[in-house]
Amino acid sequence: MDVTLLYPYLPVVFAGLMGIAILVYVILDGFDLGVGILFAVAPVEDRDRMIASIGPFWDANETWLVLAIGILLVAFPVAHGVILTELYLPVAIMLIGLIARGVAFEFRAKATDEEKWLWNRVFFLGSLVTALSQGYMLGAYVLGLDGDRATMLFGFVVALCLTAAYAAIGAAWLIYKTDGDLQKRAVAWMRRALILAMGGMAAISLATPFASDRIFAKWFSVPEIVALAPLPLMTAILFGYLFWQLAHLPDRNDRFSLLPFIAMTAIMVLGFFGLAYSFYPYVVPDRTTIYEAAAAPESLMIVLVGAMVVIPVIAIYSIYAYRVFGGKATDLRYD
Amino acid sequence: MDSTALDPFILSRIQFAANISFHILFPTITIALGWVLFYFKLRYHRSGDAAWMDAYFFWVKVFALSFAMGVVSGITMSFQFGTNWPGFMETVGNIAGPLLAYEIMTAFFLEAVFVGIMLFGFRRVSNRIHTLATFLVAFGTTMSAFWILVLNSWMQTPAGFEMRDGVAHATDWFAIIFNPSMPYRLIHMLLASGLTVAFLIAGISALRYLLGDRTPALRKALNTGIVLGAVLIPAQILAGDMHGLNTLEHQPAKIAAMEGHWETQSRAPLILFALPDEEARQNHFEVKIPGLASLILTHSLDGEVPGLNDFVLEDGTIKHPPVVPVFWGFRIMVGIGMLMLVMAWTGTWFLWRRRASDNPLPRWLALGLVPMAASGWVATLSGWYVTEIGRQPWLVTGVMTTKDALGPVAGGMVLSTLLAYLAVYVLLLGAYAFVIIRLAVKAARQGDERPEPGPAGGTAIPGGKDAMPQPAE
Repeated sequence: MDVTLLYPYLPVVFAGLMGIAILVYVILDGFDLGVGILFAVAPVEDRDRMIASIGPFWDANETWLVLAIGILLVAFPVAHGVILTELYLPVAIMLIGLIARGVAFEFRAKATDEEKWLWNRVFFLGSLVTALSQGYMLGAYVLGLDGDRATMLFGFVVALCLTAAYAAIGAAWLIYKTDGDLQKRAVAWMRRALILAMGGMAAISLATPFASDRIFAKWFSVPEIVALAPLPLMTAILFGYLFWQLAHLPDRNDRFSLLPFIAMTAIMVLGFFGLAYSFYPYVVPDRTTIYEAAAAPESLMIVLVGAMVVIPVIAIYSIYAYRVFGGKATDLRYD
Repeated sequence: MDSTALDPFILSRIQFAANISFHILFPTITIALGWVLFYFKLRYHRSGDAAWMDAYFFWVKVFALSFAMGVVSGITMSFQFGTNWPGFMETVGNIAGPLLAYEIMTAFFLEAVFVGIMLFGFRRVSNRIHTLATFLVAFGTTMSAFWILVLNSWMQTPAGFEMRDGVAHATDWFAIIFNPSMPYRLIHMLLASGLTVAFLIAGISALRYLLGDRTPALRKALNTGIVLGAVLIPAQILAGDMHGLNTLEHQPAKIAAMEGHWETQSRAPLILFALPDEEARQNHFEVKIPGLASLILTHSLDGEVPGLNDFVLEDGTIKHPPVVPVFWGFRIMVGIGMLMLVMAWTGTWFLWRRRASDNPLPRWLALGLVPMAASGWVATLSGWYVTEIGRQPWLVTGVMTTKDALGPVAGGMVLSTLLAYLAVYVLLLGAYAFVIIRLAVKAARQGDERPEPGPAGGTAIPGGKDAMPQPAE
């Protein structure tokens, strides 16, 4: 087979791979960032178990961010430079947040009881700052990376919305990984976070088409509007289902504790597809398409061949690690 | 406002240097410490001696902390290219991109996933799987080192590419990966990691020893650290010498700056001490050994050694790196190497002479080993400064200068984020050192790190393997 026949499809393949990496990141690091955000409302006695529920996973979860940014860098080097220089300050703030929360795990594990409050606070603030800055960047990106006041305001709204969504999926994770009082509290936390996340998501969905004529045209024209209608409809149904399910949790045999996490994941996937549809084929909104920004096809081919072999292997051993630490969270011990 | 104070070029370079200097401290530890932990586990498999597991459980905590610091500071690095140096990926992205992609795919995920099992899985998986996880983490960190050193070496000595419309395109991936300086740099760095860990273990163990710790686990760690250092340091001196010869061939300006030679000459002296003066283009207060630089670099007393003045164009443009940091960075690195040689061999001699004694180390030697815990860090950083500053003004030798890659971000913005990073790094380094020292003091007080066999001291894990795994044989 002549591999050069594949060359025209490489930009869209890599855009897809990058999308998957971002989506997996938002779901996986979303839940562990969310657990950190919930430290704001969690009583002291729950905190060790909350940490234990995410301790073995957070490293690998954050690696998906490196993969996503890596694909942007590898596949769309020109866009990588433009996007990251435009988002210079929020990126730096996010990185400091990620540093703070990442090391807080380890320092907390080695702290005396008197010092734990300090690392609890660092962990909470780091998680919060990371989530807020990621949301802000998403908002600025949606509106085309213009630095005007409306964009900033929109950025702050999205920041709150994404933070609430992370808190919701974090609470969903706790419902799945814990029991007893903490599980009950997690149900209540999720309900509150969902209200905020739902309001934010609705606001973004309404604001985006009006902020960009191109996005408006993509959504509100026949027959697209009919084909796309299931997206918001299913999202609304999932939110409705989640509120109903939360009213019936915790259940007696703990048979349904994973369902909120699955439903929340589905909502994030739907939201992601809505955004992806709005932007295609642009990688820098309204400026550069994935076809213009793509790296040389020979180089992308080398990466693609590796990715086809390695990514399934990564998926297999990641699932294995989640199974090793499956079931309800227990105390973490090195020995 | 002083315009040089807010020059985004200088500030971006300082920021990159600060970020990567902070980052490299931790991989330098985790690369080799992963293998040492794997070694501890193998010894435990063989002997069934629980002291090996005690040594493991102490050092795995240091590993966990170092790994976390490495992961989060590494994420910062993946963004630095885009935020401050977008020209780099725009020009050489076709080559740097796949190398970084392979690092992420073959190394980052492997280490990040299995580190969870390595750290917290001892009671959840069989002893064999736990050892396998330890191996995979060590292997992953080493793979990560391999790919990043391939990229760095390619930037120093690029090969296997052609320029089309100002953008590099790969023509030969084998030549890119096995570029001229890669094997030397990789071996030099892996040995540097080994030495850093050897002296970290020796130094922290010496601290525990001074506090009265005489447990079998401490003795095993102390022996491992000192003997590992004694074995690796001659290998490193040899590897460093060969790396230097390779640099002479491919980057002579860097060698001229390291040696502090202004004029090309045969029978070139080895300058032990000098204050290089770039304005006057000469050295002050030279202390030198005649002919030795020619002997080391060309293996002949009459060999010709390049001088810095060869790298000044006729219009006065300077095409060699800044001399002072390269000259001194090199001397600090070599000086620490010599100190390592003396300390490790003296320590090994005492450990062997007094092998039956409970007090194998004289107090003065143990006191000397404690500050050596950080010696590998200083030597590694000095060496990296030599090679990275020594590459200037090039970012990719002969292809693009560092200035070509600079992005459009304003100096004030770079400065404010730089200050924030620096504040975080200072606090974290302090906390890191504090926690490791406290772990050592605590271990010395408790005497033994041995875990309670079975779930008695911990929490029952439903469906898990509660009993402490036994050695395979």
